[in-house]
Amino acid sequence: MEFQIETQAAMAPVAGGDDQMLVPMDDVREHLVVVGNGMAGCRAVEELLARDGARYRVTIFGAEPYVNYNRIMLSPVLAGEKTFDDIVINDRAWYDDNDIALIAGDPVTAIDRATKSVTAQSGRTVHYDKLLIATGSDPFIIPVPGKDLPGVISFRDMKDVDTMVAAAGKGGNAVVIGGGLLGLEAAHGLTLRGMKVTVIHLMDTLMERQLDEAAGWLLKSALEGRGQTILTGANTAEIYGEDKVEGVRLKDGREIPASLVVMAVGIRPATALAREAGLEVNRGIKVDDHMVTSDADVLAVGECVEHDGNVYGLVAPLWDMCRSLADGLTDQHTGYKGSVTSTKLKVAGLDVFSAGDFSGGEGCEDIVLRDASRGVYKRVVVKDDKVIGAVLYGDTADGGWYFDLLKRGENVAEMRDLLIFGQAFAQGGGALDPKSAVAALSDDAEICGCNGVSKGQVVACIEQGACSLDAVRTGCKASASCGSCTGLVENLLAVVLGDDVQSGPKTMCKCTSFGHDDVRREIVAQDMRSIPEVMQKLHWSTPDGCSSCRPALNYYLLCALPGVYVDDQQSRFVNERMHANIQKDGTYSVVPRMWGGLTNPRELRAIADVVEKYDAPMVKVTGGQRLDIFGIKKEDLPAVWADLNAAGMVSGHAYGKSLRTVKTCVGSEWCRFGTQDSTGLGVKTERMTWGSWMPHKFKIAVSGCPRNCAEATIKDFGIVCVDSGYELHVGGNGGIHVRVTDLLCKVPTEQEALDYCAAFTQLYREEARYLERTAPWIERVGVEYVKQRIVEDEAGREALRARFLFSQQFMQDDPWAQRAAGANSDLHQHLDPISIAAE
Amino acid sequence: MTDWIDIGTLADIPQRGARTVQIGGEKEIAVFRTGDDQVFALVNECPHKKGPLSQGIVHGHSVACPLHNWNIALQTGEAQGADEGCTPTIAVKEEGGRIWIARPVAMQAAA
Ligand SMILES: Cc1cc2nc3c(=O)[nH]c(=O)nc-3n(C[C@H](O)[C@H](O)[C@H](O)COP(=O)(O)OP(=O)(O)OC[C@H]3O[C@@H](n4cnc5c(N)ncnc54)[C@H](O)[C@@H]3O)c2cc1C
Ligand code: HEM
Ligand code: SF4
Ligand code: SF4
Ligand code: FES
Repeated sequence: MEFQIETQAAMAPVAGGDDQMLVPMDDVREHLVVVGNGMAGCRAVEELLARDGARYRVTIFGAEPYVNYNRIMLSPVLAGEKTFDDIVINDRAWYDDNDIALIAGDPVTAIDRATKSVTAQSGRTVHYDKLLIATGSDPFIIPVPGKDLPGVISFRDMKDVDTMVAAAGKGGNAVVIGGGLLGLEAAHGLTLRGMKVTVIHLMDTLMERQLDEAAGWLLKSALEGRGQTILTGANTAEIYGEDKVEGVRLKDGREIPASLVVMAVGIRPATALAREAGLEVNRGIKVDDHMVTSDADVLAVGECVEHDGNVYGLVAPLWDMCRSLADGLTDQHTGYKGSVTSTKLKVAGLDVFSAGDFSGGEGCEDIVLRDASRGVYKRVVVKDDKVIGAVLYGDTADGGWYFDLLKRGENVAEMRDLLIFGQAFAQGGGALDPKSAVAALSDDAEICGCNGVSKGQVVACIEQGACSLDAVRTGCKASASCGSCTGLVENLLAVVLGDDVQSGPKTMCKCTSFGHDDVRREIVAQDMRSIPEVMQKLHWSTPDGCSSCRPALNYYLLCALPGVYVDDQQSRFVNERMHANIQKDGTYSVVPRMWGGLTNPRELRAIADVVEKYDAPMVKVTGGQRLDIFGIKKEDLPAVWADLNAAGMVSGHAYGKSLRTVKTCVGSEWCRFGTQDSTGLGVKTERMTWGSWMPHKFKIAVSGCPRNCAEATIKDFGIVCVDSGYELHVGGNGGIHVRVTDLLCKVPTEQEALDYCAAFTQLYREEARYLERTAPWIERVGVEYVKQRIVEDEAGREALRARFLFSQQFMQDDPWAQRAAGANSDLHQHLDPISIAAE
Repeated sequence: MTDWIDIGTLADIPQRGARTVQIGGEKEIAVFRTGDDQVFALVNECPHKKGPLSQGIVHGHSVACPLHNWNIALQTGEAQGADEGCTPTIAVKEEGGRIWIARPVAMQAAA
């Protein structure tokens, strides 16, 4: 490598001597000594030379045995897209031409401010008039066992790249710890070099500092598509191996074999030298607006400094800092005012941009555009008519423009409606009203990219009588797939029809232009697998939904993907998240299941013990034929459940949009009117249906004769036994508007009663809208439709039943037992405050 | 002067969720973590009828109260939309990878 400097000895005319001897006696220039031959240190010197080339004599110490290179381009070097020679910023000739003494490969080990000198590892001591510390950052190494094993490295300098390239030459598995910018660039490079890469990321979202959840999800899917394994929410417990690294073990016990582990979890300003010299250091070396430290003759610049409470980890702020520093050193006092930063991920083919503050907050307004067919997600955050943040994925062309608007604090009120479409749209032709912008489009301009519908076709469709969004969707398919052009279509309707536009179907909530049925259809049609995926593909207008749509989407996915979908606890209402019913004082009530309303001494004793042990102030017999224990604190729930489990009881799901109870009467076993074993059938029905999640609560009852003591005709599914068989009733409920069931049919055997029950339940699960009980659902679709699906279509009924039973395999896992065994324990425990610090 | 209390790390709080913390005999505090990993703290009582806000659904920078679905802004503690009321907020900072909350006012006065 041409630019590599083998040893510092070659550079040092007088090894270990005092630098004064190197200098002609008539050199009266002040001596500027720079510690750190990196991006900031050299840039500062460049800026200085540009202002006043004669004022300072310059010496630069560098720990690395290289000339100044562009650190950010180490990623393309690792990826094999560039060589080291390509990324050199200043070659040897630059140092020579500017009379700069470079002492590379010899780190400075001490600063003596009293004598104004620095000492390097080799023992060399150099006197300074002005000292500039530009030591950059040290990679943060997480303190886990095995961190010092050979094969565990960080990603900071050329040496690390050499190590990675050598390791990749042998192939095998690599683990990258840290799914931030650096980690993902390392993972990308190693993948291109043929390694099988797993990225372990502690947070749930990749690059969570730069990206929101939606963009993070897109990125994750794209990287997985390239063959990387991405583990989010994964916590490293240890790095194992005999005398070199063999793999990584996670806290949850998973092991990932690897011959190379790259730690890219963050950086810490390299402040040790400054701290030992007694300079004021907080997170970084404290500097003023001209990069002067607490000692007027010592300056500091780059990632090692803290200015106005901020430390930076990107290059753009360094450029600003270096300008102010050079101005200060040449007596022009401009002053550094802090930087706003933007980030781009340097992975070929993946365009990711983020800038400013996109965390939202008071007065912030999100403008979101999602174009699923192109894989684009854009989010611009506006506050007080100014852009304050932006996240772009897939199409970053306007990143620079948004960043510019942001930095200049420009008022965007005028172009607010078109802002998200980018500079060309928002500033093109002065058409600032979205309606006139749409009106100005040519007839063959494409409106709907998914279905290839032009403006002319949409207008023709409207003119032929489509007066609503829905009618346009059915008429010409525009906006019928991903919905990203909904706004355009609505504007076209307004342009063509004026006030005659009819409002469309009710949307799921304010976050989307789609109704429940559309969302469900698309989830299945496009095989969507997570909430962020649905929000992206269907163009949600909020970053993470609201308390209406999140529980609905969670249910739809759970229903569509039994055994595959991982339930999102944070999209559950409190009762379903806590598996108990919250009461008005914030305590919970606990209802253990009593199959068919039957109980026994063991269960009753366990309940009595729980009531006493946990001081429950009330026990009540519910309308669903079981006992409700009131006043349990959230911290005590797992222990209460463990006690109830021990007596053989499981969750009664009295809290869920799920099967609640199967109420029974005593039936032919005891009752003189009884025609069938209604109690036994009730128990069987409950055993079959318990644990299933539903669009809303679901209650079943079985009465042993038409006297109907179990009130089966006001239940979602009611069975009334008669001499010749079983009458099946559906769609009833109590509550504010009592509704009596419709008779579905009569079946001769108990098994058929069970089969029809399973099929009906599944039809309701698959087709009703979230929070729609069976009664309004049946009124909406008509009982004839339900009869056709359940009674007449035998094969369809059989398929529904089979899907229900399949799904039940995964649902009948007692959530109480899981919690009692420690799952989600943080939901039940308070945080533990540790220490108190005063400032 | 503010007293800061170390209550743990970001990873201790579920994303789009909350944990509670009890300091001395003070009112329970709900510490929220939003989808974009910001942390906010409020007294764990809804301004409506004291519902435990920590148990609500967190969306954007709001939480929907688990009892009657009022939406409360996490930053200000104010009820959103047509509802009116305000829950006290508690200052939070992230430093050194840990989360700190300001010591509750009443305690400070007593101290
Ligand atoms: C792989 C990678 C990719 C990156 N990509 C981007 C990107 O895309 N965009 C972006 O904005 N930023 C990126 N960065 C960050 C960027 O490189 C840094 O912000 C920048 O290099 C900081 O400059 P600096 O001069 O403060 O530190 P450095 O460039 O690290 O320079 C400090 C130098 O000081 C030397 N040194 C330390 N202690 C001593 C001592 N005691 N004596 C002598 N010398 C010493 C070090 O060896 C080092 O050479 C990336 C970083 C890496 C590692
Ligand atoms: C916050 C609201 C509500 C709470 C906390 C609540 C709670 C409960 C509980 C704990 C039970 C005992 C159930 C069991 O044993 O599993 C019950 C029963 C019942 N609830 Fe509610 N309920 C609520 C709203 C409603 C509504 C809106 C309706 C009507 C649509 C309703 C109708 C009923 C009926 C009819 C029963 C008796 C069930 C039976 O006899 O099998 N409830 N309720
Ligand atoms: S419904 Fe009929 S069988 Fe059942 S308890 Fe009442 S009278 Fe007896
Ligand atoms: S009837 Fe009203 S007050 Fe009684 S439990 Fe049901 S919701 Fe509560
Ligand atoms: S107590 Fe919070 S909304 Fe009623």
